[in-house]
Amino acid sequence: MSKPTPNTRKPVASGQIFRQIIRRDLRVAMRQRSDLLNPLIFLLIVITLFPLGVGPGPDILGRIAAGVIWVSALLSAMLGLERIFRDDFRDGALEQLMLLPVAVEFSVLAKIIVHWLLTAVPVLVITPLLALLLNLPIQAWGVLWLTLLIGTPILSAAGAIGVALTVSLNKGGALLSLLLLPLLVPLLIFATAAVEATLAGVSPAGPLALIGAFSVLSVTLAPFAVKAGLRVSVN
Amino acid sequence: MLLQGRELQSVRGERVLFSNINLDVASGQLWQIEGPNGAGKSSLLRILAGLLPAQQGDVLFQGEEIQQCRERYYHDLLFIGHKSGIKPELTAIENLEFYAAVEGHEFSTPPYELLAQVGLVGLEDIPAQRLSAGQQRRIALARLWFSQTRLWILDEPFTALDVDGIAMLHDRFQVHLAQGGAIILTSHQDLQSMSYPVNRLQLRYQH
Repeated sequence: MSKPTPNTRKPVASGQIFRQIIRRDLRVAMRQRSDLLNPLIFLLIVITLFPLGVGPGPDILGRIAAGVIWVSALLSAMLGLERIFRDDFRDGALEQLMLLPVAVEFSVLAKIIVHWLLTAVPVLVITPLLALLLNLPIQAWGVLWLTLLIGTPILSAAGAIGVALTVSLNKGGALLSLLLLPLLVPLLIFATAAVEATLAGVSPAGPLALIGAFSVLSVTLAPFAVKAGLRVSVN
Repeated sequence: MLLQGRELQSVRGERVLFSNINLDVASGQLWQIEGPNGAGKSSLLRILAGLLPAQQGDVLFQGEEIQQCRERYYHDLLFIGHKSGIKPELTAIENLEFYAAVEGHEFSTPPYELLAQVGLVGLEDIPAQRLSAGQQRRIALARLWFSQTRLWILDEPFTALDVDGIAMLHDRFQVHLAQGGAIILTSHQDLQSMSYPVNRLQLRYQH
């Protein structure tokens, strides 16, 4: 077998590695579809339980719909969150991720994007159904969907930080929710404020802009925090 | 000098695992780290790979601190630890395709020949989790056959392998060393009877 002298080997483009991580993780996820479906089914069940619990009066439901959908979405996101790094930690793929010839932040960003694609996109797809079940007035559907679209990257990014810190603990699950949910309270407040503003006939631009800012900030800065967390965890 | 460890010390909890370890790995050399369980062999390998910070000392790749030349170092390093890094949901081919692609090496056709070389014929399309421990180990080690990295750090590479697997790995080591590669490994196997020279580093259990 002949091989070129490794010194002269061309460095692999970061984009190539980025794409490969996304491709592999999507493949792995497609082999464990039940893991993907469980949070979604949980979300659907919680939403359908609410009309039974608080009574089917359309005005009450309509008023609390946005809050209920967001709280349920947060809780269901907590269910599958550990998946970001847990399996990789167990089988050693995480170690290999840290040994790739690209900045760790870059690989971490790929993991965050995959997580968003696998958890948030399905929620976005069924949001109209959830809004319908809770009788949210139709003029607020668009804004609710928008808050979920720009708010869910925050869940994936902040979640990755939490998981990076707790992945090496055996019972990290409860700690993770305890760690993350308080951090996500502002997101919840602004998301429901945006929907309420729309329902009151006021422009939701203010809260939406704030969520957007949080989102950009968390997605760009989280990889650095995740890297530090993973350094500790793989020790 | 490919890789150098300078006065390395590792402390786990309250216990000093080892201190003042010096290691010079040149191309064409195989280093075997020996020592009883708990002496810090894996820790030493992880320090050399940059996965674990040393309490004291430096690791130099071609004379440069590995944290300073991280990407250049990892471009030339293949590390296989206790956990193999093989995704159990994916098949052998899918796993290997990933590791080849991140090294910038795309298989134009599925690497059946490679799998045949490591004794995994007929198991190409089975998810790795349904294979035995030894077979999973073989998938991870198959990376050695296409990897173009010069430095290999292998933690107990012979674990779970059968006699044929061990012989196959020795042959691969020999080719790699002849091509100017270097290998650092831990093993309880006696490598003295091998056809290549073995440098040994002995770690002692410290109380």
